[in-house]
Amino acid sequence: MAHYENPMRGSSLEVKVLTERFGIPNVEKLDVFVQHNGYEGLRKALTMTPDAVIAEVKKSALRGRGGAGFNAGMKWGFVPRQSPKPKYVVCNADESEPGTCKDRVLIEYDPHQLIEGNIIAGYAIGSHQGYIYIRGEYRYLMEILDRAIGEAYAAGFLGKNILGSGFDFDLATHTGAGAYECGEETALLNSLEGLRGYPRVKPPFPAVVGLYGCPTIINNVETLSSVPSILRNGGDWYAKIGTPNNGGTRLFALSGHIERPGIYELPMGIPLRRILEEVGGGVWKGKKLKCVIPGGSSCPVLTASEIDVPMDFDSLSKIGSMLGSGGVVFIDEDTCMVKAAWRIMKFYAHESCGWCIPCREGTAWLKALLERFHGNGGMAEDIDTALDVSYNMLGKTLCPLGDAAAMPTISILKKFRHEFEEHLKLGSCPFEARGSESGVRVSAGVAI
Amino acid sequence: MADPITLTIDGKPVSVAAGTLLIDAAKQVSVEVPSFCYYPGLSLQGACRMCLVSIEKMPKLQTACTTVVTNGMVVHTETPEVKNARKSMLEMLLTNHPLDCPVCDKGGECELQDAVFRYGAAETRFLETKIHEDEKKFSNLVYYDRPRCILCYRCIRVCDEGMDVNAYGIGFRAAHSEIIPNRGEHLECEECGMCIDICPVGALTSGTYRYKTRPWELTYTGTICNHCGDGCKTTLSVRNHEVIRANNRDHSGINGEFLCVKGRFGWDFVNNPQRLTLPRIRRNGKQEESSWEEALSLTADKLKSILAAHGPDSVAVVGSNRTTNEENYLLQRFSRTVLGTNNIDHHRTADFSSLVGALTAAKATDRYATMENIVGAKHIFLIGNDPTHQHPLVAYQIRQAVRQHGAQLYVISQGDIKLRRQAARYLQVQLGGEAAVVSALVGASALPNNLIAGGSEAFGAFAESLKSAVDLVILFGDAIRGDEVRTMVRWGLSMPGETRFAPLGDYANSRGAADMGMLPGNLPGYAPVTDESARRKFESAWGQATPISSGLHIKAVAEGIEAGRIKALLVFGSNPARTFGLSKSTLAKLELLFVAELFSTETAECADVVVPATSFAEKSGTFTNTFGQVQALKKTMRKAGTKSDLEILLALARLLGHKWSYQSADDVLREIIALVPGYAIALPNLLIGRAVATRPEGTPPPLEKPDLIFSSRDNLFGSGTLSRYSWALNSVDEARKPYGHEF
Repeated sequence: MAHYENPMRGSSLEVKVLTERFGIPNVEKLDVFVQHNGYEGLRKALTMTPDAVIAEVKKSALRGRGGAGFNAGMKWGFVPRQSPKPKYVVCNADESEPGTCKDRVLIEYDPHQLIEGNIIAGYAIGSHQGYIYIRGEYRYLMEILDRAIGEAYAAGFLGKNILGSGFDFDLATHTGAGAYECGEETALLNSLEGLRGYPRVKPPFPAVVGLYGCPTIINNVETLSSVPSILRNGGDWYAKIGTPNNGGTRLFALSGHIERPGIYELPMGIPLRRILEEVGGGVWKGKKLKCVIPGGSSCPVLTASEIDVPMDFDSLSKIGSMLGSGGVVFIDEDTCMVKAAWRIMKFYAHESCGWCIPCREGTAWLKALLERFHGNGGMAEDIDTALDVSYNMLGKTLCPLGDAAAMPTISILKKFRHEFEEHLKLGSCPFEARGSESGVRVSAGVAI
Repeated sequence: MADPITLTIDGKPVSVAAGTLLIDAAKQVSVEVPSFCYYPGLSLQGACRMCLVSIEKMPKLQTACTTVVTNGMVVHTETPEVKNARKSMLEMLLTNHPLDCPVCDKGGECELQDAVFRYGAAETRFLETKIHEDEKKFSNLVYYDRPRCILCYRCIRVCDEGMDVNAYGIGFRAAHSEIIPNRGEHLECEECGMCIDICPVGALTSGTYRYKTRPWELTYTGTICNHCGDGCKTTLSVRNHEVIRANNRDHSGINGEFLCVKGRFGWDFVNNPQRLTLPRIRRNGKQEESSWEEALSLTADKLKSILAAHGPDSVAVVGSNRTTNEENYLLQRFSRTVLGTNNIDHHRTADFSSLVGALTAAKATDRYATMENIVGAKHIFLIGNDPTHQHPLVAYQIRQAVRQHGAQLYVISQGDIKLRRQAARYLQVQLGGEAAVVSALVGASALPNNLIAGGSEAFGAFAESLKSAVDLVILFGDAIRGDEVRTMVRWGLSMPGETRFAPLGDYANSRGAADMGMLPGNLPGYAPVTDESARRKFESAWGQATPISSGLHIKAVAEGIEAGRIKALLVFGSNPARTFGLSKSTLAKLELLFVAELFSTETAECADVVVPATSFAEKSGTFTNTFGQVQALKKTMRKAGTKSDLEILLALARLLGHKWSYQSADDVLREIIALVPGYAIALPNLLIGRAVATRPEGTPPPLEKPDLIFSSRDNLFGSGTLSRYSWALNSVDEARKPYGHEF
């Protein structure tokens, strides 16, 4: 079924939890899946109380893999136990963060694991309807999921009275239409409801007022895919794999200027340097590392001197960046950071939904400014203007997209200000003048 | 009510109701938090980020428009961080803004301009190329200029939430986002222009106003719209005796910022070049222009000879339902004293008289509904009429009541009216079904099955749901008239709570025409002409006797003309040829047909004397809306050659040998206040622009014939003669083919 070259390159450092069934022939089929512990987590969950399921997930220290890193069990706990309205489980498969392509493989290679995670989440919060919202560009994954969902219905894992437990749960897929913004949870809900994908005012939060105004949990594909193994093996087992408060493993999508780009399942807390050197095979062509985007394009960049950081949510937050969605982009010494900043901003200016002023106007401004700056039209005051505009966006937008655009820009402007000044001094791009390859290549599958 | 919430804003303690938004709480201590997208009554957006404020213990700035106050909250609105945030929002807004203020309609009254003046960012650091989009014509009345648009989404919300039309959406994305019509490239809507008025900048502009003037060159006069019976306040913007625009500029009065297409655009009949500006006299079968002196003395002379030869009842008068109370009052005085006849009538579009009689008989004259009662109503019962078309403000207020506090709307209607979308219960009936349902509700008669879709079962369910209604506001159209009004009032008053009633009549002063006694059997204030004591009150004030028996209603007048008994007909602001089907040959039988009009109508064309009257913009006085609320009409401009009906009547009375001492409409109003039952209103309230409620009391004679009450059933774009001469109302596609609405 794979449409692309297999991005799972394999590494001795991998700890296979999410990907344990990857490579088993036909594991996307229900009977094969069941032969390999499939739906065991669900069977276990159905013997427990919903509160006990939530407690187990809390214990696992599983944190949201979509980027924000919020404790998944805690999120489930916010849903009112008693609700006169129906509750919903929404799986966010709108994977759009540049540099990130992990959800794709989870759906492609092990769709039933995700379905199982959805059902368990539904059981935990008392929901009887789940939706998997898939980005428009992943339409081919819909076929895989829809077939798997059909199998699950036929086998009694979905529908009425699941496995004789008396618990009912329905699951459906829904496709987006190609907007990065729809990965933001409230914009996703609007899109799912058939509205334009604009974010909603928060509070109220989706746990209380979500899909169709009802209590809703929204979890990333990777988060929900982690749940079956947590139920099967226990929260403590999962928590021990990672570092404190950062349970388990996660899929890192390595891309950029390295020898072995690909998707690797690594324990939380593994140092970035080991990822580069022992997993990714080091910087390509024997070049030196300039910087790393540690978790998708929204994250502030780390310089080569910062890569001893353990890759978990708290450690990266401590040094002013983020673990994000696990898309690690390595950038070599020959890359022009002005052009990189412009290329990143071009993405956000294109993807800003346009709802609020700072994001709509700020991204367009910065994109134009950086393009002009890189194209030799730069002026000394542009650097501080760009910084100021970024700060004027930061923390002032309705949804995090404005922050996502401002943060990498601020980090590049601060950490690589000398490159901007060099452009000014030279009157042209020093990297292009040297004839070096520049630009940012991302993953094997997803080019930006 | 929950306990109030106490918080501190800029060091000032403030106590507000729980659930109040911070931006509104700030207003109470005179702290202005700027915003573009926040608009009271519309849904929250959090889009413009202008209202960011600093709240202690919160890491980031918060939008005051989406933050609900909590106890002990400490808010700062003037910190350097907040000021910088505001300034930066403006700087970013201006990046793609064309800054064409010198030619923009909005320049001088632009919220963006004001904000930049106040909060900074007049100098930009933006050096890039601005995004440009060409202006789009959404309809003949609405144009959209994307570069000026700041995307506050007010237009979208007012169209959806306020008008329930939902004509607008958003197209494209990011900095290329723009407002687009939801159906194709052209607006399909009610053309109310609310979007233009609510636009804080010059993005949406008016097809009738754009590029004509600057706001500071205009004089503004608050007055009352001249079209339907709702009586919306409006501000006419005038330059050099030409009306350029209408909008309710100060958002005061019963309509707030609301105006429908007629109110916002339909005033342009005033400027129509076909306005009559010289009197005309028929000579040798042809109308020829004449002087005012000639026209009036000819009329007076003819009247004198007809009165002498055939007696007062050979003359009849047709009044208007769009002239002022003062003019109507004088017209009936003219008829009753100068001519000496009660043969005076007008186009009656709702049975005000029967309601007054029924409420007086029930000792319930405190139960007249006002427009404000609709907004606050919990239960509204609409019988007949289609307010969306015939009473746009009533429809708007009903929608607000339903949307903002869940009012229950019950509808009996012959057609699938648009308000069905707001109705909790809806009963579709055949012609005559409204009265039958009312009669069945009160148990006065069995329900004739064939009149109601769904038969007695549907009626039963409807009647059952009505049982839970309290404090009903009952609005009824022309389907309920005469005894049916009495039946309805009896049922209504048997309901729990305070049931209130309002008849829905067409045209700006239908109510005033009835109130002022422009009826063959009614004195001003609904006393019958046969009531000697009531008659004596007026006679002593006027120093003259009045006729003691009822006159002829309009249908009898028509027969009288045909039979040769009526020799002279005086018509003021009415078009009986069209309204009552008086044919040319019928009118030709008259010895004198005198018409005072704005335009050469079908009736005016047949007249022996036509005099050019002033329009509502050119005279002062008062109108009474269909709810009985009196409001002041203010003179806005002059129109050369025209005279008001008041001036015409004063002149005719003088020529016929009567000395009237009125100097102005104010003198007449003072007399109305003194003499007309129910009109003892406080002048100051009127003068400051309020709608002053009246509570007439009287025992008027019964309705002579049911078919004397009939509505014109105008649609949103029509209001008889006036709308026919409005370019704007005839320019929109929807006037010919109303846009569709789904249920």
